[in-house]
Order: sequence, then structure tokens, then C-alpha cells
Amino acid sequence: MANVLAVLEQRGGALKSVSHEALTAARSIADGLGGEAHALVVGPAGTSGGGLGEYGADKVYLATDDALKLYQGDQYAQLAADRVNGGDYEAVILPATALGKDLGPRLAAKLGCPLVADAISVAYEGGIVVSRPVYAGKAIYTLKITAAPSVICIRPSAVTPAPATRDGTVEEIAASSQAGKAKPATTVEVKQPERAAVDVAEASVVVSGGRGLKEAENFKLIEELAEAMGAAVGASRAVVDAGWRPHAEQVGQTGKTVSPNLYFAIGISGAIQHLAGIRTAKVIVAINRDRDAPIFKVADYGIVGDLFEVTPKLTEEVKKMLEG
Amino acid sequence: MKIAVCIKRVPDSEARIKIGSDGKEIDGSGVKFVLNPYDEYAVEEALKLKGAAGAGEVVAVSLGTDAAQETIRTALAMGADRGILLKADNAGVDPLPAARVLAAELGEGGYDLILLGKLAIDDYSQAVGTMVAELLNLPCVSAITHLDITDGKGKAEREIEGGVEVVEFELPAVLTAEKGLNEPRYPALRGIMLAKKKPLEVKDVTLDPGGLEVLKLALPAERKAGRIVGEGPEAVPALLDALRNEAKVL
Repeated sequence: MANVLAVLEQRGGALKSVSHEALTAARSIADGLGGEAHALVVGPAGTSGGGLGEYGADKVYLATDDALKLYQGDQYAQLAADRVNGGDYEAVILPATALGKDLGPRLAAKLGCPLVADAISVAYEGGIVVSRPVYAGKAIYTLKITAAPSVICIRPSAVTPAPATRDGTVEEIAASSQAGKAKPATTVEVKQPERAAVDVAEASVVVSGGRGLKEAENFKLIEELAEAMGAAVGASRAVVDAGWRPHAEQVGQTGKTVSPNLYFAIGISGAIQHLAGIRTAKVIVAINRDRDAPIFKVADYGIVGDLFEVTPKLTEEVKKMLEG
Repeated sequence: MKIAVCIKRVPDSEARIKIGSDGKEIDGSGVKFVLNPYDEYAVEEALKLKGAAGAGEVVAVSLGTDAAQETIRTALAMGADRGILLKADNAGVDPLPAARVLAAELGEGGYDLILLGKLAIDDYSQAVGTMVAELLNLPCVSAITHLDITDGKGKAEREIEGGVEVVEFELPAVLTAEKGLNEPRYPALRGIMLAKKKPLEVKDVTLDPGGLEVLKLALPAERKAGRIVGEGPEAVPALLDALRNEAKVL
């Protein structure tokens, strides 16, 4: 019997929704294997591992210590490796977040096993079969995992959390390990931005601006629309390279890949590297004065026109709509 | 300060990807290859650190085919002192075998710092740097946007969802570079001329096969072009109507 371990992510002791997605994926693989789905929760004292049976966990391993409040890559990886080595695991599943993208490879290296980064699907078909985008989504691999255990990072929103009824028995485990590095790195603080902004990679609505805005100051048009919609602000590579916007907002092959429900491309012509980053958006809206701009070839809805006229009107109408 | 920078030859981000006839690899013909953009930040940071230290060596290490010599020359033209090509035919899709080969080379070098780009824009795994750190048992900070090193101690920042982690570590260490860390220099003509004479060692390496089998590589389903709902600000109500009632996303 082989089991699947989901390594969950918390912030300030509260589990993130991506954790439920990872657990749902672990449950479905475990069902294919005829094994159990386990969860590993690492966090500060007071972090709860309760209620995870509702997402399919047979068992929850909880390692709590206030020294683990912030993500400590070296310790988290050692704790996860100890857990995997202490059980019979076919696969380990993590969310492909900033944490998972750092932790997954560390864990795979410790275990000496294959890693699938940023999977968009995971299925059990007599073996674990995953798909993952490469070249920022310009092509997609279908891969069969031929070794056990394996580490799989799942892209946020790729799996819909599914309800299940399992025991979710919580077992507290040691939050420190004998093994580990002589001189681990230490996360000493997390700086929060002055204004809490929705991250472009996690947002369900993204409003992005490009060179069509002509100058940095005009980005306030984008910010106003984003605020009206509760959306994240995104930017094209051109405007990030020009220094108008921070790179954290850049969408595309050398920025972030986004999968929002709704994506606005305003004054963005649609370079290949930008289109690669928005391919999995559910609905794309383009506003551009050039009717022949490549962005219109992938947009679901478009308005041809001057963004300096269309965007303020859109902001005004959105406000009316959401208030009414 | 002795610094290694791992670099990779990748298709340019503007390249159109075609699938090869075997349906498992890309067709690289006619594709322009470049130094991986994230590796440019790693090279730049290494050169800055060496400059600030006043002495040291920057070694550009690449795992790849013979063609990667050109990529190493680019790093040498930027200012790296010498290059090492770990020559292999195919790096495969599982990142661990590549990390093992790099770690075996880097572990022998006595480096104070090992820098890599946070990911290569071809395989997009974002894994090799952190794996190398684990294999060498060194502290690691991935995807850094800021770095200070003083007296053998470092402080780096990395962006996470909605915040910035501040991480402290001691050298030797492995760091991977995110966009925003610095502004990479362009190789000047003099640098390009000098690069031709800098040492570039070629070592044959063999990768283990890894634990991932490619069933297929395919292009994603093309998005269908939608429709232009209208022109100018007058089209806004029609757009919102479509988003609310047709697409049901508002």
C-alpha cells in the first residue's frame, strides 16, 4: 500500500486555500493507488490541523513551533524529508507557490527523487501522469513518473478543492530534526507592503497596462480600474523594463504566469512572451487603438479605441454596476 | 571572492515554439538561442560582488551541448573570468540529474558563492539552484531581488505572495536571481574581444536518466479570437453586458 503526502501552506497559522487544492490532488492519487492521503502542516504554535478530513486527509501530521512561523526553507525541507522517509509514500504534493517552488526542489534533492514543478494536472492511470507547461506555456509536457517517491508541485487553481469524508486524525510530530544543514539560512522577517495589494499571480481579476499608456503617471488609469474591480495590477515587460512599474507586476514569460477569471490587457499589443503568460486566463479583454494588434487574436472581447477615453469610462461603469 | 555562476542556453523569449517530429521535443531549427535572461542577473550580481570585493574570480559554468560555448562566451564578454562547459547531449526533463552534475563540479571548486538564475525560461522548473544547494548542504535563498554581503554574511530578499521575505545566511551559499536584482550590463565590444581569449574548459559529463518519462510534448489549445464589441467609450456598456451575461465573470 502506498500513500500520498500533501505538504500544506499556512500564513500566520491559517491554512491557505492552495493547501486544500494540494490535499484534493493527493486524495485523488491515493484513491488510484488504494492508499491513504496524509497532510503535513508546519507552522507556529496554535496552528490547527483540524478539519482536513473534509478535504480527504486520512491523517494529519502537525509540527508546530514558533520558530517555524515564517517559512524556513532548510527546516521545512528537513521535516518534510523526515516524514516521507518515515512512511510509505508514492508521491508528495505541494502547491506551486513561492513557498512550494522553493521547498519542492529541496525536498526532491533530499529524497533523491524526480520533481515535477508547476503541474497543471495530475492523474493516476496505472502510474502517476502529470502535465506541465514549459516555455511559459508555449508547450505542454505530458509526463509519466517512473520512480517513487516523487515530488509534484501543483499550480494554484489547477485543482478545485473537493469535499470528502475522512478521519483527518491529527498527530503531533517533532518540529525539529536531528539532521539538517550545519548553517541553515534563516528567514528573519516578512515585510508587508504599505498598501496590501492583491498579487497578480493569485488574483481572480487582473488589469494590466502596457506601453500604450505612454508614461508612468498614466498608470493611475489602470490602478483606478483595478481598485474598482478589486483586481490586481499587472504590467507588460516593456513598461517594467522602462521602470514605470515594479517587476513583481510583470506578466509574461520573464514575469508571472497568470490564470485569472478575467484579464484586461489595456494598451498592450500582445508580444509572444506576454501572450504566453495569459494563455490560461478564462476571459481576456483587450482595449487597444490598433485593430490589427495581436492581442485581439487571443482576446475574447475587444474594444478598439483610445484607452485614455475607454478606460475611465469603463471604471465609471464598473463602479455603477458593482454599487447597483 | 570566488564566485560560480551557472548559466543556460535557451530559446529567446520571443521565439515561436515548434514541436519536433517525435512529438517529445521542440524543433530548435530556426530558433534564436540566448543566455537565459534570469542568468544575466546572476552574472551581473557576481561581477558586482567581485568588483566590490576588489579581488576574486567569476567562473561561468554551463551544462549543455557544444553550442552552449557561445552562451559561456556571452558571460565572459560581460566580464566573467573563465568558463566551464559540462558537455552533455540532452539534459532531460527531470531537474535532479542536471543538479547532480552541476553540484559535483561546483563542490570541487571552493566557491564562496554560487549564483544561478531563478529559472530557465525553457523548462521553467525553478529547481536546479535549490537542488544544488541541498546536494552541497549549503544555505540557499531562491528568487532574490536584493542582496547585501558583508564579512562573509549575507542578507537577501525574496518576493512572496503579498510580501517580501528577508533571509540571512552565511557564506558559502547558493542564491538564485529574480528579475529586479540588478540591471545586467551589455557586453561591450572590448569585452567581446577579450572573451575570445579567456579560458573555456570542456568536460564530458553523463546524466542519469531521472524518473520522468516524456509521453508527449504538445502545443496548448489555441485560444479562439473573440469579437470586437465596439469602438471607443460607447462600447463600454456592451462589453460589461457581455462580461456579466455571456461570459458570467462579473
